[in-house]
Amino acid sequence: MNTKIHSKPDFSITFPVDQVGIEDRVARFNTRSIKKDSKKFALKLALSMVDLTTLEGMDSPGKVRQLCYKAMHPHESLADIPSVAAVCVYPSFVAVAKEALRGSGVKVASVATAFPSGHATLKAKIDEVTYVVNEGADEIDMVISRGAFFRGDYNFVFDEIAAIKEACGSAHLKVILETGELQTLDNVRKASDIAMYAGADFIKTSTGKIVPAATQPVTQVMLEAIRDFYFKTGIMIGMKPAGGIREAKKALNYLVMVKETLGSDWLNPDMFRFGASTLANDLLMQIVKMETGNYQSADYFSND
Amino acid sequence: MADRIDVQKTYKIYIGGEFVRTESGRYYPVTEPKSGKLIANLCLSSRKDFRNAVVAARKAQPGWAGRSAYNRSQILYRIAEMMEGRRDQFVAELKRSGYSAAKASKEIDTSIDRMVYFAGWCDKYQQIYSTVNPVAGSYFNFSVPEPTGVISVVAPEDQPLAGLVSVVAPVIAGGNTCVVLCSEKSPLTAVTFSEVLHSSDVPGGVINLLTGQETELVEHFSSHMDVNAVIYARSHKDNLKRIQENASLNVKRVVVRNEKDWTDAKHENPYTILDTLEIKTTWHPIGV
Amino acid sequence: MITDKDIQKKQRLDFTSAWTYDPAPESSDHVTISDKYDLFIGGKFVEPVSGTYFATVSPSTEKKLADVAEAGEKDVDNAVKAARTAYDTYWKKMSGRDRGKYIYRIARMIQERAREFAVIESMDGGKPIRESRDVDVPLAAAHYFYYAGWADKLDYAFPGRKTQPRGVAGQIIPWNFPLLMAAWKIAPALATGNTVVLKPAETTPLTSLKLAELIRDADLPPGVVNIITGAGQTGSAIVNHPGVDKIAFTGSTQVGKLIQKSLAGTGKPYTLELGGKAANIVFEDAALDQAVEGIVNGIFFNQGHVCCAGSRLFVQEGIADALIGKLKDRMETLIVGDPLDKNTDIGAINSRAQLDTINGYIETGLNEGADIYQCKCDLPSSGYWVKPTLLTGVSQSHRVVQEEIFGPVLTIQTFRTPAEVIEKANNTPYGLSGGIWTDKGAKIFKISTKIRSGVVWANTFNKFDPTSPFGGYKESGMGREGGLHGLLPYVELI
Repeated sequence: MNTKIHSKPDFSITFPVDQVGIEDRVARFNTRSIKKDSKKFALKLALSMVDLTTLEGMDSPGKVRQLCYKAMHPHESLADIPSVAAVCVYPSFVAVAKEALRGSGVKVASVATAFPSGHATLKAKIDEVTYVVNEGADEIDMVISRGAFFRGDYNFVFDEIAAIKEACGSAHLKVILETGELQTLDNVRKASDIAMYAGADFIKTSTGKIVPAATQPVTQVMLEAIRDFYFKTGIMIGMKPAGGIREAKKALNYLVMVKETLGSDWLNPDMFRFGASTLANDLLMQIVKMETGNYQSADYFSND
Repeated sequence: MADRIDVQKTYKIYIGGEFVRTESGRYYPVTEPKSGKLIANLCLSSRKDFRNAVVAARKAQPGWAGRSAYNRSQILYRIAEMMEGRRDQFVAELKRSGYSAAKASKEIDTSIDRMVYFAGWCDKYQQIYSTVNPVAGSYFNFSVPEPTGVISVVAPEDQPLAGLVSVVAPVIAGGNTCVVLCSEKSPLTAVTFSEVLHSSDVPGGVINLLTGQETELVEHFSSHMDVNAVIYARSHKDNLKRIQENASLNVKRVVVRNEKDWTDAKHENPYTILDTLEIKTTWHPIGV
Repeated sequence: MITDKDIQKKQRLDFTSAWTYDPAPESSDHVTISDKYDLFIGGKFVEPVSGTYFATVSPSTEKKLADVAEAGEKDVDNAVKAARTAYDTYWKKMSGRDRGKYIYRIARMIQERAREFAVIESMDGGKPIRESRDVDVPLAAAHYFYYAGWADKLDYAFPGRKTQPRGVAGQIIPWNFPLLMAAWKIAPALATGNTVVLKPAETTPLTSLKLAELIRDADLPPGVVNIITGAGQTGSAIVNHPGVDKIAFTGSTQVGKLIQKSLAGTGKPYTLELGGKAANIVFEDAALDQAVEGIVNGIFFNQGHVCCAGSRLFVQEGIADALIGKLKDRMETLIVGDPLDKNTDIGAINSRAQLDTINGYIETGLNEGADIYQCKCDLPSSGYWVKPTLLTGVSQSHRVVQEEIFGPVLTIQTFRTPAEVIEKANNTPYGLSGGIWTDKGAKIFKISTKIRSGVVWANTFNKFDPTSPFGGYKESGMGREGGLHGLLPYVELI
């Protein structure tokens, strides 16, 4: 758990990141060929890392309850399938989810801080966080103030995260950088550093409301930021790419990145998550395919 | 008896921008071909003279290459200006070496014009030989010529000034420095050329001129490990073979320029500059 | 507030994960390797006059793959004569356009058979399939494709001049990139109107022989490309054959010098692409993680069997510990082993002889007082292998810093100022390549112009492209291969 740090760096200094080098690295990760048992293991691992997410205007308590059931029992016809890591919902559904998931070990995550834009007063944001914590959220997914970031007001961004962190109490804080808006990898690195030094337990790419959402180059930059922060402080920060990861094959590419950048200690749901809604089913389809030897149809997997 | 006793010139060699005598203390006589009368005692340069000249050339090379192309161009042009001022002296020296007036005039005029010609290339050959290469992938990739380094030059025996200028001008235009063995039997214009260089803003060491015997010196010209290339502009097959063999000691480039008529216009092209250039390719990612 | 006791002492990462990759071998089912290969002369495979054959073995299994003909002087003579006849009969009379079409055919057929070539390359040479598949074979095809287009455009290559082919080109290539080096040699030679006698290295003849089959299938006029196998003596016979009009050699500086010497007095033009000992320079303002990747690509690509390998690392003092720490972590993720496994990063050392050379250098380094770091990876029990190796605590005077090792062995030195590192980078008889890592553009151009080498990679390393000229300064060779400049060695300007 990341507690506050004694001195913060000068965030106006840009940490050099080379875009082409990052893209090269990602391309090389993607040449890893994951077969047989290692594939089966990875598919289940990825499933256990999913934050099953519904963040729609049409969300209802019923839909959230269905999602929670799916989170706990992703595919009942097959034994030995792990539950997902968490269910991620809007603040008003935290209590519903908490009740539905009770005793399952599946966490309740809630977006907060005027998700997805982040345009609200600090007081409103803190109030929202306090509310979802009181409702029983285990994890808070906040968004950074991109406006302040682009103004160069990095201290504002830092202080806001630090204040939210305090409001989280014992709940884990995931800080969404909204990398699709930050656009450059330099910005991604800078925002990652600000978030970690300010107290983020996880850094997360995207709200899922902006295209592009998670990409491999962005994730690689964030993993490297996490690594440097760990080298500097000894504190392990988690990573959550969110949005746009729909296929099992892509999820495995991400796991390769984690494995070869941060190592085994990050290859678990405590340190790595996928924010996704449709990924879980594709993982399940691949798992069933491996068990049965037959390619699967989406018709056989519940779609909540 | 003449009305006046003329003052005879001491013909020295030119190393590192200074006129020095050979450290060996040796000389050889150069005479008028018809009368056999002594014109001068020329330095019979030694291996050590060559070594000193290579040291001077190596020292001068980065600075010469580092000057702006425009500046190098102006200095070559300045050489031509100074040659023009000494035109009559050059002609007279050639005549003393047995050239007819017409032949001497033609050679000197050609030599001066050729220096102007190569002066003009100093800031242009880069654009002929550079390329931007359309590589696959997000990289800016370009190739540019750079000087090969220190060049030893065995200059032509005949047409001593036109030959010298034709082989040396491309070398220095390209940012190299050189040590030159001048014509053995007609060295006067070459030594006078060194005086031209001395008054032409050419930094000391860029061109070093030695007089002496080819057979003695080719061994050293080609075996010195701090020389990057040899230009051989004479026709002795055995000497050339020796040069080419010795060149393998440090993978020297060997350029052979064995020509009949150095006043021919075909010597005016940029490909002689390319002979002592290396192509450097640089890769640079394109990203934000 | 964080206190010291919150900070974990363990600052190294753990890569011995429960999740390891299962073997993912590329299938070799579709590949056929004959028991015996003859010489490709005049469009046909012919037995060597002497009837002598030698074995080519897979360096990863030490098992024989095939017997290959050894060309003697008479065979070389036959090949040169075939090339001469082809030159006089077909090639010099053919339009550039038609020559180009034949070369395009070669490019296309390599693309069609890419997987087969990649597998054979990895079996015969030991390089990982990831590289033969993603680098060697596609680049080889691209090289033919690029030069094919030049064949009918040569009048535009050299301002004010026309070109004329030299005739028969004798070409000798090394074992580190067999198919790719063949492409670097054959493509520009054919495009400019020369015919070819090519000799692949004796440890890696198979893809060249497969290429011979492909060239036969592409219906090139007989004798335009002749491919003969053998060792040094065969090469020497090509170099010294009076019927050869031009020599192109890629290989060690030592052999290059011998060739240069033996060509003295012959008037035969030659180009040499020889050894290197490249400085890879990392400044403190570099993007460190990408620099680490570049260092790994620089020295561990193709087991370090790369003439332009970034074998001397120079790190600015202030970041040395951080960078070396990251480099060691990265090395722990390298997978060493079966070249045919798609996940292998580092394959087998090309031959027993090269293995001995590399191990000899590592021992020399240790005797000279170097500190050594090697990956903890396991090595297969048979075959020729070297763990990725770092040598620190070395200086300019160490042999491991001065001499080309041609293996996965990196020496590391630190520096303080640009002037110091330029001095050290250039303090070598070689001048093939160099690397610079800095986030400052102006510094890149300053340092890259000061480094005396034919290729400089800024914020990247070991990138190749058919349009990009490649070749050395000083003892790294002469002449360029690739791009417009790569045409020049094969033509006379008239």
